Amino acid sequence: MNPVQAVGRSTIGLMRTAGQVAIFAARGLAACVSAPWFAGQFLRQVVAIGYLSLPVVGLTAVFTGAALALNIYTGGGRFNAEQIMPQIVALGITRELGPVLAALMLAGRVSAAIAAEIGAMRATEQIDALKTLSTDPFRYLVAPRLLAAILTLPFLTAVADTIGVAGGFMVATQTLGFSGPLYVQNTWNFLTPWDIQSGLIKSAVFGFIVALMGAYHGYNASGGARGVGRATTHAVVSAAILVFAADYVLTSLFSAK
Amino acid sequence: MTPMLELRGVKKAFGPKVVLDGVTIPVEKGKSLVIIGGSGQGKSVTIKIAIGLLQPDAGQVFVDGQDVADIPQKERGKLAARFGMLFQGAALFDSLTVWENVAFRLINADGVSRKDAKERAVDALSRVGLPASVATLYPIELSGGMQKRAGLARAVVAAPEIIFFDEPTTGLDPINADVINDLIVEQVKRLGCTAVSITHDMASARKIGDEIAMLHKGKIVWRGPAADIDHSGNPFVDQFVNGRADGPIKVEA
Repeated sequence: MNPVQAVGRSTIGLMRTAGQVAIFAARGLAACVSAPWFAGQFLRQVVAIGYLSLPVVGLTAVFTGAALALNIYTGGGRFNAEQIMPQIVALGITRELGPVLAALMLAGRVSAAIAAEIGAMRATEQIDALKTLSTDPFRYLVAPRLLAAILTLPFLTAVADTIGVAGGFMVATQTLGFSGPLYVQNTWNFLTPWDIQSGLIKSAVFGFIVALMGAYHGYNASGGARGVGRATTHAVVSAAILVFAADYVLTSLFSAK
Repeated sequence: MTPMLELRGVKKAFGPKVVLDGVTIPVEKGKSLVIIGGSGQGKSVTIKIAIGLLQPDAGQVFVDGQDVADIPQKERGKLAARFGMLFQGAALFDSLTVWENVAFRLINADGVSRKDAKERAVDALSRVGLPASVATLYPIELSGGMQKRAGLARAVVAAPEIIFFDEPTTGLDPINADVINDLIVEQVKRLGCTAVSITHDMASARKIGDEIAMLHKGKIVWRGPAADIDHSGNPFVDQFVNGRADGPIKVEA
């Protein structure tokens, strides 16, 4: 095939997908902000997306915080700056690693689950059945998941921030000889509210991305069990990549001010 | 008389594959039409266009004389309330119990209280021969025949004017298939509604249809009273009804 043709075709394909995702997102958000709402579905998703993700987010955060503390201590030691380790850990966790790692864990856990569930519903005609029962699948399936992810991921991130800093604290006080009260004081005095807030705002956007990718790929799944498998893979991969991309864009916006 | 449901000149293609090539079928109020045809001849697409799950590329769908395309998006929900559908695999929601499935429309679209909806659901289940003890089970705990019956209860609970049956007996043993056929006839008669079914099961077609139409290569090739099916004089129908490999219909490799 002509290489120009190939470039053109893939560009058009990409644009088409971007357009479809944008329309899907707009329909999903419209269903979030207008009645009727399905409160029962929303609460179920808050539990599934938020509450049940606590262990995996917490574990990720504690190990990351601990490893980060060790690395920064080592690096700082190269120019006798070990003592600023608590501040760097706190900044790294709240501004970057807390939101991003919590979102990545959700991309694995939640995007996949949403894509598989909605994809299986598509394959077994349950989505068609919803429509014949006068119920909009965007309201019943998509909106509760989007809302639950947007609202719970900031909470999960707050938990990840706390546990991540605690992980650093443990390593610092148990193996590196830092004084506990001093560590806490240094961290507390150094952090500004915006360090934490900017991370939480990012995480709300990440929550939207994670749920959107799961719902979009599941809703458009075709081709039976194989199609559901494909949808799940695409959901996780696209959610993860978009989280990183959005992270960069948002961070650059935030640091401009 | 205005037909209750009419497809007029409906065409539908998926990519290069033309599935429906100008299908026109009016269905009179209170009548039961069965569309027969081989696999891949466009039966499912026909029913999905009729109920509004797919949009035709060309042609119109009329419900009670009104072109569905003229109905604004906001009132489509109301239109769907006049329909009921039994899906091929029953399509019960596996995250909900059987009664919540049956009562789904009542609770989620009609605003009936859960208590009243449950009563009506249990009532509908009993009409399809399912005891109240089944109501609190999950669909996965039911046999295929029971799932179909629960699906039927869900389709009729809100007294629709038109019911669609997508291969109602597929995947059932002959006895369960006959039970479903009997229940369909009974429910359609009780509600006095219009019914459109698709099937390749001739026993089912004879039993539930007042009229039979045959779909072949995206076109209606024959239509007539169910009683005439054995002497239609149409070679396509003859071959299909008698299940012969030889004839005008060629199975595509």
